[in-house]
Amino acid sequence: MSAPLLEVDGLRKHYGRRIGCAEVSFTLWPGEVMGIVGESGSGKSTLLSCLAGHLASDGGQILYRDRSGHAHAVANLSEAGRRRLAREEWAYVHQNPRDGLRMGVSAGGNVGEPLMARGQRHFGDIRAAALDWLERVEIAQDRIDDVPRDFSGGMQQRLQIARSLVNGPRLVFMDEPTGGLDVSVQARLLDLLRGLVRDLGLSAVIVTHDLAVVRLLADRLMVMQGGYVVESGLTDQVLDDPQHAYTQLLVSSVLQV
Amino acid sequence: MYVAVKGGERAIAAAHGWLDEERRGDPAIPELGTDQIRTQMTLAVDRVMAEGSLYDPDLAALALKQARGDAIEAIFLIRAYRTTLPRFGASIPIATGAMACERRISAIFKDAPGGQVLGPTFDYTHRLLDFALMAGGEAPSSAPQSEPRDAAKPHVTEILAREDLIQAESEHDEVDTPPDLTRAPLSLPASRALRLQALARGDEGFLLSLAYSTQRGYGRNHPFVGELRVGTVAVEMEIPELGFAVEIGEIVVSECESVNQFTGSKTQPAQFTRGYGLVFGRGERKAISMALVDRALRWKELGEENTGAPAQDEEFVLAHADNIQASGFLEHIKLPHYVDFQAELELIRKLRSEALAHLGADA
Amino acid sequence: MSGYNFAYLDEQTKRMIRRALLKAVAIPGYQVPFASREMPMPYGWGTGGVQVTAACLVPEDTLKVIDQGADDTTNAVSIRAFFARVADIATTEHTRDASVIQTRHRIPEAPLREDQILVFQVPIPEPLRFLEPRETETRKMHALEEYGLMHVRLYEDIARHGEIAKSYAYPVRVEGRYVMDPSPIPKFDNPKLDDCPALQLFGAGREQRIYALPPYTRVESLDFEDYPFKASRPDHPCALCGARDSYLDEVVIDDAGGRMFVCSDTDYCNDRRAAGHRGEMAAPFEEMPE
Repeated sequence: MSAPLLEVDGLRKHYGRRIGCAEVSFTLWPGEVMGIVGESGSGKSTLLSCLAGHLASDGGQILYRDRSGHAHAVANLSEAGRRRLAREEWAYVHQNPRDGLRMGVSAGGNVGEPLMARGQRHFGDIRAAALDWLERVEIAQDRIDDVPRDFSGGMQQRLQIARSLVNGPRLVFMDEPTGGLDVSVQARLLDLLRGLVRDLGLSAVIVTHDLAVVRLLADRLMVMQGGYVVESGLTDQVLDDPQHAYTQLLVSSVLQV
Repeated sequence: MYVAVKGGERAIAAAHGWLDEERRGDPAIPELGTDQIRTQMTLAVDRVMAEGSLYDPDLAALALKQARGDAIEAIFLIRAYRTTLPRFGASIPIATGAMACERRISAIFKDAPGGQVLGPTFDYTHRLLDFALMAGGEAPSSAPQSEPRDAAKPHVTEILAREDLIQAESEHDEVDTPPDLTRAPLSLPASRALRLQALARGDEGFLLSLAYSTQRGYGRNHPFVGELRVGTVAVEMEIPELGFAVEIGEIVVSECESVNQFTGSKTQPAQFTRGYGLVFGRGERKAISMALVDRALRWKELGEENTGAPAQDEEFVLAHADNIQASGFLEHIKLPHYVDFQAELELIRKLRSEALAHLGADA
Repeated sequence: MSGYNFAYLDEQTKRMIRRALLKAVAIPGYQVPFASREMPMPYGWGTGGVQVTAACLVPEDTLKVIDQGADDTTNAVSIRAFFARVADIATTEHTRDASVIQTRHRIPEAPLREDQILVFQVPIPEPLRFLEPRETETRKMHALEEYGLMHVRLYEDIARHGEIAKSYAYPVRVEGRYVMDPSPIPKFDNPKLDDCPALQLFGAGREQRIYALPPYTRVESLDFEDYPFKASRPDHPCALCGARDSYLDEVVIDDAGGRMFVCSDTDYCNDRRAAGHRGEMAAPFEEMPE
């Protein structure tokens, strides 16, 4: 486990003359969770979209090293290559579970799809895996044949997480995974995520505006403002002793709550 | 026994005979001549030519007669005839600027070089039934006509273009050999030329509804009728042996250029955008509809947001605009499907009996 | 018929279709776009099959046309009459005598041979269409072999009904590569697609696609290891010929719910009756059609 999973160097994305993000560089090692915080418009979602290959960047380099040790320049990947990584190596947890789930397909089908996409053809095994994952994300197993339309927001998000993790991804992108949920539901989801991250040794990049999320989940932290990374470091270090004025503002505004 | 599906051959022959009889109607009434249809049902003839993609008023009149007045059936007859014709080549683009206009209006300028020509329009008629026509009315008194109609009338959008107020149509859209939907499968994403071709052949009602939907907010693009013109243009073709173009005939077309909401940014000064509609014959409702739909489909090229409106969805619009494809597929569900249905019957019986047995066991 | 080329289509068009057919044969199960012509019958009524047949026919051919398995259904009669008129070729109702068979919704019961071509009429060639309506997206899914969604559909059936609830147009995988729609044949017919000695061609006119199964192609119906594909089996013998191995039509014979089950393949049924087989509702001394 000596090679980094993800190496980002000088990443840049413009929207016309407006800066999406610029001069972003960092390295993610296996088993590490990177948090990216900032207010809306700070460029954190743009950055995540570029990392996952959903958006084409305008400059810089993103290198991802796959299971076999082969390094891919994400920006240059063909659609086929990007989809292969998305299917076999990565997972993406959307803020809105509707974007990550098939709302008309049963919970079991949603969790089973990534397995079937990779060629599993044994119904019993797929169903057993789905049941196992429902339990791990604290969804009652007798809901396996219900469709997510009938689930609460928190359940939908937990189901999306099960669907993302069932294939054992090497890298998970999360975009505001607790956004849009009310506070008590957030706490439960965070608790669940923390357990999963610890048990599975996940590598992840998490974008959020909620410092509580990174405090619990992230090993390291990048603070973004106006498209630039203004501060980065170990999570506890940054949150307990913020150096940049903007980080100080973020931290103090959380403390006031 | 087991006669339900027998006798197909006889049934078809009898149906055809009956159909002929129905078409002719009461033999005591004089038979309709195709010349009457061609000269008195002109707008029906024009629609058949436009959506049949074949400019031939005599054949369109014949098709209407044979189809008992059903426009889509007549269009189908024309299409099926057209497909057997050899394709010699493409004409050079018609010069609609040189059109001999019988109607030409602009909604954005009170007057423009060439003037407004109202022409033979229904627009300001009161829609009151004219019972005199039923009684076999007399020939209408000849209407006064304005100055010679051949006076060239420049396109109104050129006035805007001179000041750079409207987007220039991109040059590379104009390819030497235009794509031909009837000779190559539709491939997506489609070029604008191919899109316009599909719209020009598309169903008037479908385009009308789509255009209407953009006006009501589903992909709104703030259209003005920059210009609408109807009239006769020459069709010219390059003859390789001669090395120059010769006129091979004249056709009547309706053309609409819409002037739409502007785009622009800090680097690009604001400009109006445009949509384009052109159809065979006198079909201004269709031409305007086409211009609005064309404009809606150009969202990507103009850097607009896709709001998910049906009229913005190229694949949706192009795949469903053709009324011959649509009516054929719709009506094919009249054909026997008893093999599929039998399979469904067996399955549903099986599923039900299993479920009922299960329920019984639980009870 | 004067004024039209042999088999209606002009030679240029036939060549274009044959090129598409060659490509389809070279890539079994792959949907080849072709410039479908407007035909004198409506879209949805077999224009794809008719164009493929027209491109394959030579004057020596003998053509059989069936719809729902039967030679005497109206659309089969109409298409057969069309080719008899525009190609002046021999027609037959006997599977064994035909060199080209155009079909809608069935595969004949009698085994096919290497010197025969079976032409299917296809309404919707895209097996993924009802899971993903966009052509631009389904094309990518085929190119990248992303067939997970297809299995989700089957998974959902088993979860809900305890079995795969697809009784016709049951999707297949061709030579382990392309997922293909076999046209709306009952799944009873699916096993006949596999390892078939005849060339099987599929034409979808409105959708402008041609695809093919060359002779002896491996064709597997999609399933799960623990829920293997099962072709449906008839519950009854044919009431006319007593066959227990053929696909049956259910014919309602009175107002009291009375019904009989008879072979959908009329030629197969006639052959069996000519050979002396009798079902329980067959007339004892019926005169056989030749």
